[in-house]
Amino acid sequence: MLEARNISVKYGAREAVTNVSLEVVPGMMTAIVGANGAGKSSLLRVLNGTIEPSTGQILLDGSPLSSFARRTLGRRIAVVTQEALLAFPVSVLEYVLGGRYAWSTSGGWGWESERDLEIAFNVLRQTELEDFSDRLMNELSGGERQRAVLARALATEARILLLDEPTANLDLAHQTSMLQLVRKHCDQRKTAAVIVTHDINLTAEFADNVILLKSGRTIASGPPRDVLTEELLSEVLDIKVLVDAHPLSGAPRITPAYELRRQIGADTAP
Amino acid sequence: MRRVTLRKTLVVCGVLSIVLMVVGLVALSIGSERVPLIDAFRPGALTPTQRSILFDIRLPRILLAATVGASLAAAGASYQALLRNALAEPYLLGISNGAAVGTMIALVFIGANEWGRPLMAFAGAVAASLVVYRLAGGRAGASPERLILAGVIVTTFQSSVIVFITTLMDATRIRSFTFWLLGDLSQASSSSIGIAVVATLTGVILLTFNARPLNLLMLGERDAFDLGVEVGRVRLQVFMAASLLVGVSVALSGSVGYVGLVVPHLVRMATSGDNRLTIPASALAGASFVVLADTVARTIIAPRELPVGAITALIGAPLFIYLLKRR
Repeated sequence: MLEARNISVKYGAREAVTNVSLEVVPGMMTAIVGANGAGKSSLLRVLNGTIEPSTGQILLDGSPLSSFARRTLGRRIAVVTQEALLAFPVSVLEYVLGGRYAWSTSGGWGWESERDLEIAFNVLRQTELEDFSDRLMNELSGGERQRAVLARALATEARILLLDEPTANLDLAHQTSMLQLVRKHCDQRKTAAVIVTHDINLTAEFADNVILLKSGRTIASGPPRDVLTEELLSEVLDIKVLVDAHPLSGAPRITPAYELRRQIGADTAP
Repeated sequence: MRRVTLRKTLVVCGVLSIVLMVVGLVALSIGSERVPLIDAFRPGALTPTQRSILFDIRLPRILLAATVGASLAAAGASYQALLRNALAEPYLLGISNGAAVGTMIALVFIGANEWGRPLMAFAGAVAASLVVYRLAGGRAGASPERLILAGVIVTTFQSSVIVFITTLMDATRIRSFTFWLLGDLSQASSSSIGIAVVATLTGVILLTFNARPLNLLMLGERDAFDLGVEVGRVRLQVFMAASLLVGVSVALSGSVGYVGLVVPHLVRMATSGDNRLTIPASALAGASFVVLADTVARTIIAPRELPVGAITALIGAPLFIYLLKRR
């Protein structure tokens, strides 16, 4: 499907990603985990063609990404970003219908079809936003807005979802429901998802595959149980962590080892 | 805010077309010499002088006012979408001034060629747009501060070029130039109308046919790219079309300011921010706006005239302040 072969990304002299390979497989959720500045977002941005890799290749169904028209890629790959930039008032429905642009056959003055509307209302239901369709995006809370961003990505019907910290603005319940929804798309529609996140516990619960990045290089890659270990995570995140099993799911559960905090707490306790 | 449909767009544009026709007819009948409009439709009712006033003086002027208004309003709406800022306006960004520099260079160095001025004005507008875009652009859209600063820098630079060129002119032409710089429709002639109508139609249609990708560009270039918009191509087409509109209006009528700010703002307020409606509706409303403003400009202190740009600025500047404060 989508494959990155030995890619490196350079910003001027600085190399953000070095020789990383990954395969995006239908039905699989891949998580990219690493500290700030590890090259996670750059890797994601290379995968949809926003950034050109300085070396290496991105292949979609065996052909280089650059050989596809932008509109085709808009139907195949959808991106969920951290924030929506809003310079003008736009309603939730209009925003989500933006996801149908790549499917339009009627050019730059094209209008949405009945089917476009049907799909938009369907994804609004899935993201629990059906009552918000006429509301303005900038009147929504951060969490509602984030769900609208996901709704727009789902409206593209793309089978490859690239998510850049999609849960950053969400409360605990919506973090879970967002990943459950992505997981459902992976399981039922064989969508492939690549998710960049700092939330390792959600990753451990939902992802099939984890890639640990440090300074742009792959440190480890594999199923969560193999990769999310105390040794590897401590190396990648530069903080000592404890890993045990979640009592309900059995997935790895990661807790920072708060030694420093405990020390300070002990000294300053009332 | 309701979603815009093709039906709604056609209804709004239909109503605005009727308004434009009524405004045009009213403007035709008003002036220092009153000509009853009904006479124009009765064969033989007009004296030769009246016919000349109606068809050789007022009609070309009204048509020019309409094309200038349509051009500037549609260009304003698209600059706003492209720069993601409701304060973007050809005059304030220095794009009109760029076209003015081009026009003056053509006048002084090329001579009185019918096509030389619009072409050089277009080139000047393209150059100014590119500089403003480079100076003001940012990932989150152009911030008002950056945008206004970029406009000020571009404008002052060009003003000095204009001053320089003016010193090369003889004294008798300088006064008519100052008038023209503020926006002056009195030079309308039937030959210039042809160029104006063709350029306006081409530009507005090209912008309208980029309206849907522009809707996405309003939400950020990266988002638009992700959703399948060929950002570079759309941006180029929009810049070229908007520069054509600004360039030709400036070449024929000077810099009429604030039309591109006032009209798209009112259209968005009354209908929606969807460019598929905003761009054609702004063109139609802008045409009525400038025809009205020019009618005021030529009648309020008749038989003397004000430059139309003075009237549009009188309305536009307070709105600009209001928009700036509201943010």
